[in-house]
Amino acid sequence: MADMGTFQQFWYYLTTNGSYVLSQFTRHFLISIYGVLIAAVIGIPVGLVIARNRKLSSTVIGIANVIQTIPSLAMLSIIMLGLGLGVNTVVVTVFLYSLLPIIKNTYTGMVNVDPTVIDSAKGMGMTSFQRLYMVEIPLSMSVIMAGIRNALVVAIGITAIGAFVGAGGLGDIIVRGTNATNGGAIILAGALPTALMAIIADLVLGFVQRRLEPKESSR
Amino acid sequence: MTNEEEPIVQYQDVNKIYRGGNVAVEHINLTIDRGDFVCLIGTSGSGKTTTMRMINRMLEPTGGTILFKGKDIHQQDPVALRRRIGYVIQNVGLMPHMTLYENITLVPKLLKWPEAKRRAKAEELIKMVELPESFLDRYPAELSGGQQQRIGVIRALAANQDLILMDEPFGALDPITRESLQELVKHLQQELGKTVVFVTHDMDEALKLATKIVVMDAGHIIQTATPTALLQHPATAFVRELIGEERLIQARADVTTVGAIMLKNPVAITPGKSLHEAIQLMRDRRVDTLLVVDDNNYLKGFIDIESLTRQYAQSTAVSDIMQTKLFYVHESALLRDSVDRILKRGLKYVPVVDAENKLKGIVTRSALVDMVYDTIWGENADHDETEAGPDHQPQAGGERHG
Repeated sequence: MADMGTFQQFWYYLTTNGSYVLSQFTRHFLISIYGVLIAAVIGIPVGLVIARNRKLSSTVIGIANVIQTIPSLAMLSIIMLGLGLGVNTVVVTVFLYSLLPIIKNTYTGMVNVDPTVIDSAKGMGMTSFQRLYMVEIPLSMSVIMAGIRNALVVAIGITAIGAFVGAGGLGDIIVRGTNATNGGAIILAGALPTALMAIIADLVLGFVQRRLEPKESSR
Repeated sequence: MTNEEEPIVQYQDVNKIYRGGNVAVEHINLTIDRGDFVCLIGTSGSGKTTTMRMINRMLEPTGGTILFKGKDIHQQDPVALRRRIGYVIQNVGLMPHMTLYENITLVPKLLKWPEAKRRAKAEELIKMVELPESFLDRYPAELSGGQQQRIGVIRALAANQDLILMDEPFGALDPITRESLQELVKHLQQELGKTVVFVTHDMDEALKLATKIVVMDAGHIIQTATPTALLQHPATAFVRELIGEERLIQARADVTTVGAIMLKNPVAITPGKSLHEAIQLMRDRRVDTLLVVDDNNYLKGFIDIESLTRQYAQSTAVSDIMQTKLFYVHESALLRDSVDRILKRGLKYVPVVDAENKLKGIVTRSALVDMVYDTIWGENADHDETEAGPDHQPQAGGERHG
C-alpha cells in the first residue's frame, strides 16, 4: 500500500469502503438538510412577520447576526453542553446558523416587492392573506431561495465539524484520516465529497432560484 | 335595487387629519353622479389623491361620511367594497409574475367567477383596447408602457365595476401615448356608461376629459364646475393661475359670448319713419343698411340701400320696404358656435338680440378680427380684466406695440 500515490490510495479507499463513504455522505447531507429545513420552517414565517412589522426587524435580525458571529466550533461545544454528544447537537447548530440568511433574505425579498404592485393588489380587493400568497411570496420567492441556498452551503461546512461531537458524516472520515499515519488519502475521501456536495447544492439551488425569479417589469 | 337617480358617491363634510394636526383634506362636500367624469386637480399636496383614495377605503377619513351608492362605506367590508370599484394607478401596478390574462381577470377570480366566464371577459376587454388576443398569454414585462396601462385600464373594468378610480394614470407616459389613452378612456367611459374619478395635475387633461372639474388646494375644494364654466368663471386667483393665462385667453373664443364682443348702440330706425329720414341717417352714420326696431326696441327687420333706391318713388315709410327675413344671434350664445355661421353666410354684420328679442347690438366682422388678434397677441389693454397675472402684463404690452 505504501508504494501507491495519494490518489491511488484515495481511489483504493473509495472502492473498498464505498458503502461506508456513501452512508456517511447521506448522513452528512441529511444532517445539513434537516437543520436548514427547520430553519426555513421557522425563519420564513419570522421574516414575513418582521416584513409586516418593520419595527421588529432590527431586533430580530440583530439577534440572528449575533448568532452568526459565534465561531462554529464554540457554538457546537456550547450546545453540546446542553444536548450532549450526537447528531441533535449538530442539527441544532446548523439550524441556528441557517436562521440569519433565511430570515434576512425573506425580509429583504418582502420589502423589495414593488409597493405599487402591493397598492394595486390591495386596491383591487385582495385580503391581506391573498396579497401574501398570491403576490408577495411569489415575488420574493427567488430571494428567499437565495437565502436557503446560502444557508445550505454553510450548513454542509458546519456538519463536517460535527464529527467532533460524534454526529458522524463525512467529517468522521476526515477525523479518521487525521488520526492515522499517512492518512492523506482518507482525509481526501472525506473532504472531496464534502466539497462536491457543497458545490452541487449550490448549483442546484442556484438553478431553482433562477427559475423562481419573477419576470421583471421593463419599466 | 339601486336607485338610478341617486349619486354614486357622496362626500359629506369629510376630513382627513393626521395625528399631530396635519390636515390632508378638510370639509370635503362633493356629489358624483352616475356617468360623471370627475377630474380632481390641484398641485402636489392639495389632497386630491387623498380625496380619491378614501372612496375605496385605501385611506380612512377621520371625520364625515362617504356614501357609495347611498350606503355609508364605513359600514362595508373594505375588501368587498374595493372589488366593486375599479382602481388604476400611475405606475400601472400589473402583477409581474402573472400573465395578462391572469392580471385582467384577477378581480373576477377573487369573486370566484367560473373559468369560462373569465376567459370570455378577458377576450372581450382586450379587443376593446385594440390589442391582439395572443397577448393574453404574455407577461407585463413584454409590453410597452402604454400597452401596460391599457391593460391596467381594462383590468379595472373586468368585474363590471360602475365606478373607476384613476390616480394620475397617464402621468408617466409620453405625450402621444398619453393622448391615445385619454381618448380610449373617454371613449370607454361614454360607451360603457361608467363613472370615473380621475386625479391629475395636468389641466389640459382635465379640460379634455372631465364633465366636472374639482379644483383642490391645501386640502380644500376651491371650485367645482364643468370645464366650460371653469374657464368662463374661475372662482379665485388660484384657479386662474392653475388654468394659466395663456389657456384662459385661448379659451376665450370657446367661452366668450356674443354679447361680450358686440358693438353696442347699433344704427337703427323705427318702421314709422319716412324713407327720407332713413337716407339721412344712413348718410350721417356712413352705413348702407339700417336695422328696424319698434318703439320698444324689438327687432323687426332691416332695410338696405338697394331696396331704398329702387322703391324710393313708390314708398314713403320704412315699414313699406323693410325686409323681415333676418339672421340674428342671441346675446348669450357662445361666440364659438356663432362665428362659423357669421363667416359662412358672408354677412358684414349680425344683429344681436336679448332673450325678449330686443336689439342689443351688432357683431361685425371687424369685431371678430379683434377677437382673433387678441387670441394671438394677448389681451387688449382697454378691456383688460386680467389684473391677476401682473407678471404677464409687461410682456404682452411689449409685444403689442412692437
